[in-house]
Amino acid sequence: MKKLALLAVATTALLSSNLFANDTLKILTWKGYAPQALVDKFEKETGINVELTYSNNEEMIAKLRATRGAGFDLAQPSQDRISSVQAKYKIYMPIDYSKITTANVVPSMLTAVKNNTKVKGESYAIPFCYGTSGLIVNKKLAPGAKDYSDLLNPKYKGKISYRLKRPTLIAVAFGKGVDPFKKYSDIAAYSSLMNTVEKDLIAAKPLVHNYWANGDALLSMLRSGEVTVAMGWDGGGWKLHKENPDIDFVAPKSGALGWIDTFAIPSKAKNIDGAYKWINFMLKPENAAYFTNDQGYGTASNGAIKLLDSEKRDNFERTFSNEDIENINWYPPVPAKLEKIEGRTLDLIKSAQ
Amino acid sequence: MKKHIKLGFFIFFIPVFLWLFLLIILPQIDLLLMSLKVENDVGDMVWSFSNYNAFFKENIYWYTFVRTATYSILVTFLTFVVTFPIAFYITKVVSPKYKGFLTILLLMPFWVSELVRVYGWMILLRESGVINYYLMQFGIIDKPIEMLYNDISMIMGLVYTSMLFMIVPLISALDGMDDSYIEAALDLGASKFVIFFKIIIPYAAPGIVSGSIVVFMLTLGNYLTPNLMGGKNSLWFTEQIYNQFIASFNWNQGAAFGFLLLILSSLIIWIALKISKQNLSKALS
Repeated sequence: MKKLALLAVATTALLSSNLFANDTLKILTWKGYAPQALVDKFEKETGINVELTYSNNEEMIAKLRATRGAGFDLAQPSQDRISSVQAKYKIYMPIDYSKITTANVVPSMLTAVKNNTKVKGESYAIPFCYGTSGLIVNKKLAPGAKDYSDLLNPKYKGKISYRLKRPTLIAVAFGKGVDPFKKYSDIAAYSSLMNTVEKDLIAAKPLVHNYWANGDALLSMLRSGEVTVAMGWDGGGWKLHKENPDIDFVAPKSGALGWIDTFAIPSKAKNIDGAYKWINFMLKPENAAYFTNDQGYGTASNGAIKLLDSEKRDNFERTFSNEDIENINWYPPVPAKLEKIEGRTLDLIKSAQ
Repeated sequence: MKKHIKLGFFIFFIPVFLWLFLLIILPQIDLLLMSLKVENDVGDMVWSFSNYNAFFKENIYWYTFVRTATYSILVTFLTFVVTFPIAFYITKVVSPKYKGFLTILLLMPFWVSELVRVYGWMILLRESGVINYYLMQFGIIDKPIEMLYNDISMIMGLVYTSMLFMIVPLISALDGMDDSYIEAALDLGASKFVIFFKIIIPYAAPGIVSGSIVVFMLTLGNYLTPNLMGGKNSLWFTEQIYNQFIASFNWNQGAAFGFLLLILSSLIIWIALKISKQNLSKALS
């Protein structure tokens, strides 16, 4: 009997300690943005338990919209997808920049992200990492592929792959010599541009091997040589280059598309302190450098560059000449109505026979 | 005694009612209301039928629906054609000793998730996949053929994923049939053809109908298989709904599509039941 009572007390204690500690941090992020080694280190330093959910820009917004900003303590949307979403659905809370070790963030990126995510005088994000989209090319099998227009080039028939998502529409527009970002403010002009892009992509449909849906599938198609010209992220291209020197990321002539992914705190986050702790932890130079060495994406952390592997620096220098860096087209914030136009364009392309 | 029954009735009824009401009826009402609203130029939500109108006005939307429905009917028919001989073999031909074993063999692939099964097919069929490798090894072809990412591979994948839901009702329907019907027909000189159409099919009809309804609904609502195996030309209607919700942030349009899918699929099943002169409660009992 005594034993039983003891057991009951122990169980209650255990349960309640669990309840009171309540120190979990739920992060909605991209695959690879929270490497296991860093999660372990963070858990050890702070005693906070980290729970990860993998997602992408669109699903992050949809998930947070469904719960009106509840269910997660931290999200990692791209900086161009925050302001219009925030203005409409109010799913994030303003960032208290005094809680961030700003000395650890590259100043120009911090200013850019602050400006781009401003809604009614408040900013909603902190930069985490950046990278570019461009071409991943098998240089032995498709030596001539240099620009987005090669995604529509009959020379590479059946060996081409891209994602049927908005970056492709924008890339094809750039490949035609038009700057779609300049038309962001003029809905009618943007809509007619999307019409021409749609015609081009429908005409080029027989050339496409497949529209890739996830990064791993793309990499395996490139590895096997089923695909030789693809649109993809720099990190992925560099990863393949390490396995097979014939394959590499190529910054397109009309400019790679530059993105910055951020930290944003959902409006009904429960563990706000934990979220700030995680942000500061991830931006510490040694941790940020680990992330970049592991995943290949550039980091917004000031001072991490010194700690990078030489291989990562080589990648960057091999791919981007000074001219290429000047050429990068950074995504400006997306105005609200464009997603509808793009969605329709993508549907039309996919359903065309 | 009477009170007793009432209490028991409520104990069993309330969980079912709550389940239906909270998890199915309430969200459906919410979706219905959402589907009837549209954003005006100022950004306010107003009542309107335009989400439903959009479906009929825009060619691609109803075109995709017709395509999805036609393919679902085709998949249902093919699934029946593929599984009927198997069900017949298991229940009538093979010795009863092996019946359980064979059924288990059929169920086995369904112990892993649909995703894994679809990836399995992809490994077999892809350009650098297993089948192409052996065809090349044996010198039957000299350049790999792309067998994935077209409508045929997609239909095959859909048939494969839904076979189980056809074969189980077929087996249970055929199981109950007395062999002496067939023997009597043979004694009276009926041909195999006549036996099949006049005796076996009518007897198994309730099983065929319930299997077909389940397979049709599952195929129509499938998202994974068309998406992974279908490739560049195969927009499935569920993908359209997903796009409206996730990519265009247009929940109202997505909700309207969801409802149209529900209404149109119910309509197709109703018509099919009328044509085959079956009735739903009998088929599902």
